[in-house]
Amino acid sequence: MLETPTAGLSRRNFLRVTALAGGGLVLGARLGSDGFAATVDSDAALNAFIRILPDDLVEIVAQNPEIGQGVKTMLPMLIAEELDVPWANVRIVQAGLDTANYRGQFAGGSMATPTHYEPMRRMGAAGRALLVAAAAKTWGVDASKLTTRDGKVWNGSESVRYSELGATAAGLDAPDPKTVPLKDPKDFKIIGTDVPGVDNEKIVTGQPLFGIDTQLEGMQYAVFEKCRVFGGKVKSANLEAAKASWRVTDAFVIDEEGQPNGVAILAETWWAAQNARRALEIEWDEGPVAEQSSAGFAAQAEELSKQAPQQEMTNNGDVAGALAGAAKTVEAAYSYPFLAHAPLEPQNCTAHFQDGKLELWAPSQTPERGAKQAAEAIGIAPEAVTLHLTRMGGGFGRRLYNDFMIEAACIAKRADGPVKLVWSREDDMRFDLYRPGGFHYLKGGVDESGKLSAWQGHFVSFGEGNRFASSANMAPKEFPQAFVPNFSLGASKMPLGVPTGALRAPTSNAISFVVQSFIDELAHAAGRDPLEFRLELLGTTVEGEKQIVDGPRMAKVLEKAGEVSGWGKDLPKGTGMGTAFHFSHRGYFAEVVQATVAQDGDLTVDKIWVVGDVGRQIINPLNAENQTQGAVLDGLAQALDQEITYEGGRTKQSNFHNFKLLRMDQAPEVEVHFVLSDNVPTGLGEPALPPVPPALTNAIFAATGQRVRSLPLSNHDLSWS
Amino acid sequence: MKVQFTVNGKSAEVDVPENMPLLWVLRDELDLKGTKFGCGMGQCGACTVHVNGVAQRTCRLAISKVAGKEITTIEGLSPDGSHPVQIAWQQIDVPQCGYCQAGQIMAASALLAKTPDPTDEQIDDGMKQNVCRCATYNRIRKAIHQSVEIASGSNQPTGSAGQGAGK
Repeated sequence: MLETPTAGLSRRNFLRVTALAGGGLVLGARLGSDGFAATVDSDAALNAFIRILPDDLVEIVAQNPEIGQGVKTMLPMLIAEELDVPWANVRIVQAGLDTANYRGQFAGGSMATPTHYEPMRRMGAAGRALLVAAAAKTWGVDASKLTTRDGKVWNGSESVRYSELGATAAGLDAPDPKTVPLKDPKDFKIIGTDVPGVDNEKIVTGQPLFGIDTQLEGMQYAVFEKCRVFGGKVKSANLEAAKASWRVTDAFVIDEEGQPNGVAILAETWWAAQNARRALEIEWDEGPVAEQSSAGFAAQAEELSKQAPQQEMTNNGDVAGALAGAAKTVEAAYSYPFLAHAPLEPQNCTAHFQDGKLELWAPSQTPERGAKQAAEAIGIAPEAVTLHLTRMGGGFGRRLYNDFMIEAACIAKRADGPVKLVWSREDDMRFDLYRPGGFHYLKGGVDESGKLSAWQGHFVSFGEGNRFASSANMAPKEFPQAFVPNFSLGASKMPLGVPTGALRAPTSNAISFVVQSFIDELAHAAGRDPLEFRLELLGTTVEGEKQIVDGPRMAKVLEKAGEVSGWGKDLPKGTGMGTAFHFSHRGYFAEVVQATVAQDGDLTVDKIWVVGDVGRQIINPLNAENQTQGAVLDGLAQALDQEITYEGGRTKQSNFHNFKLLRMDQAPEVEVHFVLSDNVPTGLGEPALPPVPPALTNAIFAATGQRVRSLPLSNHDLSWS
Repeated sequence: MKVQFTVNGKSAEVDVPENMPLLWVLRDELDLKGTKFGCGMGQCGACTVHVNGVAQRTCRLAISKVAGKEITTIEGLSPDGSHPVQIAWQQIDVPQCGYCQAGQIMAASALLAKTPDPTDEQIDDGMKQNVCRCATYNRIRKAIHQSVEIASGSNQPTGSAGQGAGK
């Protein structure tokens, strides 16, 4: 139904208009590596981004994977705003993986907002400018005399609908997206307004949306049994017994080099495959990781803490001298556990291998990488993979890794027809890429004026040689480096056979607990108010040291957190307020937790106040609040009762009875405020999480005088008298 | 074994092992994908449906136990998404990833059927079997209160979806 495009393919035509037969038009656009312009040189780009239908409905493509962060709503809002179409007329279409036409199709690092805020707006603005030029040509008037509103171009009281301008616009050169004027934020009609999620109606009526809901003709269901010890391999399995189970269609061992190792069972229904696992009687070669355990890690860390760090990371000033000359010193050992991601939708992927080509329906945060990994595992070219993006039942970093996609591809290669692989909850808990635990040995000093004068840290983590295990690293210039005149940080590493990876606000979600707790200890040692002590610290500069954290910007959110929470007010014994701040993923967050500890140790979190600075514009306030509350309560869940431990090289926890998610009766009110600053808008998926655990443990100290130096809290007796 | 029951007002019959959980009968035999698999051991509530009007987890509920009973899933809660809970959930913009929300909505609608105007404490009690990994709890609470207003007619939907829930 497309008419032949007539726009010249000049270099500036990153955007091309094609009239639709029967009215309406397509704005084909393509973002180059600089995020702004790339020549549209083929019809492949025609469906990218915007289609204005004859009835004035506007279809906008959402290019990024949706994990619950709201990007499927947010990115199209940016285009619609500058295109100047009413949101009520917008319909969202989810893109598949398409590296030729879309840039940055991933979900991670709270990157969608900083990456796309301006380019998506520029695309909408260029489309609008082109339609205005078309209307100007039609009417024979100067484009500067024309305005847009409600999906129409206006010349005084005369108007023409966008959908009628396709044929004329197709003959025009697109404006330069780098210089096309953007709206003054005071004229925003969509950005900055409360826009509910575009999939809400489907969600509340139970329509299939998620990867696990994929249903194809002739599809089989699969489970994949792996060795409980990481890196272990199948020696033998009773495949015939599994095959004899109800509705099982096949069972086979996968032990090819470069492929995941285990036993696949295929069946006509998932429960049948799952049920047949018990019949397998697998004998495993567990391998060397079977020697590793959480108790072993703790003992090794303790030993390493007595030695000098294996590796110096930062050293400025004279730490030993400053500690020797300090008015007060504090020494403390902190630790935090490994954690699972535990998204509620278990890992799954549907795969169909046919005629050398692979088609995937994959809930992946990194679909491009996943498609390549799947292709490599089964020995086909990445171009032979077609990938459909599905909505995801949570990401939290788990779906950055595509092990489930690789497994599905390897199983599908050996099967007839499409196969849906679904992990059980136990698979999901036992075969995660965990947030690594860590150990920190700290010494600090305050001078006679009560100011933080010295900080010495020894971080005992995981890795080998100069390489930290994934997400087990710590920035050498992590706060409060460059805010303390004498600061040193060293690291030692233990070998690790357990796979690790990024969990929401990676590294920050752990480091913040250590840093913000120890700052609290030093404030109390100095006899200072913890919030005021922090404000002073944020105002300190150290000659010759560049500050990664913008001190004044953080001070502003911390001051505001003090204001909104009523910091400093009298509270009864057993109730206390704690504060903490953290900078991560370009976001500045300060939080105050009020907690009450009953004499028997029962802990209630009364309320949490959050103040964030993520730049000059909150794009969708409705979702911004939801994301922030969710990140905060996620941090609370971690602090209260989450821990993954290992014994014999295998994960001990298996399901939600022993890895506990937060529940309704544990969730306090979370009051969210944003401070606007003259900075580029940045993301909200992660940065509100890290301050929560230390703000809570600092509140417990304020309430009872008990300092908690290891997580989770469920391992501690908090009773007092 | 052959089991007959009613799903969303229509009679259904399946021939499956007697211990097959209702969840998998719904999802894979009857192609009702709205009811979700989360844990398989009655811990998370993603698989909540109504059995004779009472909220129940289906991941451990053997099909033999529902013979002759009336099952309502999220797909059958209302013909067109117009149950007060479904409306409130959209107005308040409760979902983040959305995966648990069918179970949350089934639990909330069962709670409201029994307790038409619940206190926060009754909400805690009625909803604590359902986990939300995105932790949308502040909004679930708010949406349940809003459902009460919608059901009593004091909330007139005026297209002001999400009103008051922003900053």
